[in-house]
Amino acid sequence: MKYFHLIWAELMRRKTRTTLTLLSIVAAFLLFGLLDGVRESFDQAGNSANGVKRLQTGSRLSFIQPLPMSLNDRIGQVPGVKQVSYANWFGGAYQDPHNQIFSFAVAPNYLDLYPEISVDPAQRKAFAATRTGVLVGAQLMQRFGWKVGQKLPLQSTIFPNSDGTKNWSFDIVGVLSAADKKTGGWYDQMILMHWKYFDDSNPYNRGQVGWYVTEVSDVNQADRVAKAIDAISANSDHESKTQTEAASAANWMKQMADIGLIVGSIMGAVFFTLVLLTGNTMAQAVRERTSELAVLKTIGFPDRSVLMLVLAESVLLLLIGGVVGVALAGVLGPIVSAGSRGAINVPPIGASSWLLALGLMVAIGLVVGALPAIRAMRLNIVDALSGR
Amino acid sequence: MNKLLKLGRGLLIAIGLIAGLALWAMAPWPVLLALAAAMALWMALTRSGQQAASVAGVGISTLRQRLGSSSVVVIGIAGVVAVLVAMLSMAEGYRQTLARTGSDDSVIVLRGASAAEVMSTLDLASINVIEQAPGIARAPDGRPLASPETVVAANLPIKGGAPDQDGSVQLRGVGDRAWLVRPQVKIVQGRKFETGKREVVVGSGAQRQFAGLDVGKQIRLGSEQWTVVGVFKSGDAMDSEVWSDAEMVAATYRRGASRNAVVAKLTSAKQFKPFKAALAGDPRLQVDATTTADYFAKQSETMTTVIRVIGIVVGSIMAIGAVFGALNTMFATVATRAREIATLRAIGFRGLPVVVAVMLETMLLALVGGLIGGLLAWVIFNGYTASTIAGGVGQLTFDFRVTGALLWSGLKWALAIGFVGGLFPALRAATLPVTAALRAL
Repeated sequence: MKYFHLIWAELMRRKTRTTLTLLSIVAAFLLFGLLDGVRESFDQAGNSANGVKRLQTGSRLSFIQPLPMSLNDRIGQVPGVKQVSYANWFGGAYQDPHNQIFSFAVAPNYLDLYPEISVDPAQRKAFAATRTGVLVGAQLMQRFGWKVGQKLPLQSTIFPNSDGTKNWSFDIVGVLSAADKKTGGWYDQMILMHWKYFDDSNPYNRGQVGWYVTEVSDVNQADRVAKAIDAISANSDHESKTQTEAASAANWMKQMADIGLIVGSIMGAVFFTLVLLTGNTMAQAVRERTSELAVLKTIGFPDRSVLMLVLAESVLLLLIGGVVGVALAGVLGPIVSAGSRGAINVPPIGASSWLLALGLMVAIGLVVGALPAIRAMRLNIVDALSGR
Repeated sequence: MNKLLKLGRGLLIAIGLIAGLALWAMAPWPVLLALAAAMALWMALTRSGQQAASVAGVGISTLRQRLGSSSVVVIGIAGVVAVLVAMLSMAEGYRQTLARTGSDDSVIVLRGASAAEVMSTLDLASINVIEQAPGIARAPDGRPLASPETVVAANLPIKGGAPDQDGSVQLRGVGDRAWLVRPQVKIVQGRKFETGKREVVVGSGAQRQFAGLDVGKQIRLGSEQWTVVGVFKSGDAMDSEVWSDAEMVAATYRRGASRNAVVAKLTSAKQFKPFKAALAGDPRLQVDATTTADYFAKQSETMTTVIRVIGIVVGSIMAIGAVFGALNTMFATVATRAREIATLRAIGFRGLPVVVAVMLETMLLALVGGLIGGLLAWVIFNGYTASTIAGGVGQLTFDFRVTGALLWSGLKWALAIGFVGGLFPALRAATLPVTAALRAL
């Protein structure tokens, strides 16, 4: 640390070059910050502690096939089940059938199974008391400018109302928001309504549910409980398939596309380019300073110190640029999300992304600094001073 | 005062640059060709043009001595172009696959306000009415070319997945007329399924995505065993589906006599308006008719936009990074050649030829980078198969398409990066006082 002023002076030797290099590092880590959030939200889908404790039971035939209501009590009696709830697709759309919104009709106890969804207690009470009430995700409220207390007209792309049209009307009674912003971006985008109202008002559903959600009392028993639940309806005409929420979410994500692969290859291309740019700058900087480094050695700096000085310089350069870049991603992410009106959701940058980013900064700094540093260390004083 | 002047000039250049880049991005190729021709003429015919050409010649011939630093520009730009073209080719492949699926002279009829086929149901009475609507073409046997179809999202094991890992495939129950309505669907292996048997034919895309879809094999769909008897190819979204007899699918998934949609061929695209009006005016029906071209365009709209926006955001950030890299390299180049350039100016070369020469050098490097990047994207990604959930229900397999238009826009980006990266170093080279430059190391 006592040589910090030396390193700093080296960096400031050519301000234009340092600034330009810094800016390209900033750009690379800005990209890293934006993409890593996306990658991680794919990795983490349903992977919260609660997601492991929850089982999802759907039809084995197809995820759009409903299951009979009678299963509810029978699942509840399976040993190891703490509580059971159910939900249906509603297929809601706002204004245009193509403007689809994640909307489910859920059982009264649904929110008990999802402690990671936070709802104001008063609003939750209002929801329980209002037959046509809905809870709306915070981001949706913002996107369409809805207010609590207003009527919400929705179309269903699947279910007709009792009057035969597909126009439904609800009352917004409260706002859903994710307790944990990192994994919960999804909860801010959905609408929950009463299953009872949904079932009563549409002539097609007739007491069927889309899927069951079960909370197990012991995570280690989850496999056994899942098998026991599926055994209830084995060989019936409504066979079910039960898996942990984490597994089903991962399954679903895998089908979206090989996002991980694509994001990974982009990052690879970015970093390759970055390493090259920075490495080149470092090499240039050291070449220019040949005589200065020789002077340092002449006045008694050991070879190792010279090596460390050059390495420290490149690591410092990357750290400054990288931290600015990732911080910038933290600022720009929400702006991109808001600008796309919910079409793209860039999650906030978490601690693990920061750690990975810092690790990369140090690693890349060492890699690009290595060659010039070794070159500086091996410098022959006499040759260097005479300009050979 | 001097500083203010300098700031004003910088600002002016920046504004001009942004405007120029915007024009550049929009300009079609003839404009650019004309630009290049004008440039060539100027260099061949005018005195300062000839000067520029000779200075550029010297710069380019000495490029080999600066191979290391010049390759930074090339590789940086190649990276930008490769990533950009790859992302855009993904959006393009997705869009094309769905766009090819539809046509203007065929229609899809769904229950009112249904966004996709799986969400719709039509009862037998409605289907009979729809089939008799005006404008529908007739098969040689006189029956209307309309195919009522059942569509369900069926679960099948994914290829290479864990034993219990299922993906969702679109299972389409069809009658004999489906083949007439969609003449592009051709059996490439095995045979068609027989009516009344639990037999399926699978699309080539579905075969690639899901395990066990080989001719002669048994698969489990719903609660029944089915035999795969054939493979079909259509070159569009149908490739991702599995087809079987409508009656058997309806029985397995308990759909009774209802179907999800009616797909019909019209006698001509002009018949669509009267056809739609006839259905809308019929009090017995509550349905929406869309041309299949519109239907699939709507299905792909959101996804294509999302991929394209991501591609451009990522590409822009990378491009900015690459511009700084190019600036850095070119500043260094100009610095190492400061004496040479100053000498040229001392013996009478004007500023403009020097600027043009440095710009030409950078643009050449950028061009090479753009070509390499485009080639990389083409080699790695053209025809690369990816799949995603489409229409909310089934896997859709599509190929990345690296089209000429995409390569061209990649090249445009590369040249734009080269232009920005070269401009400031070039201006610096041209404006540095000769005496100061001559003294430079």
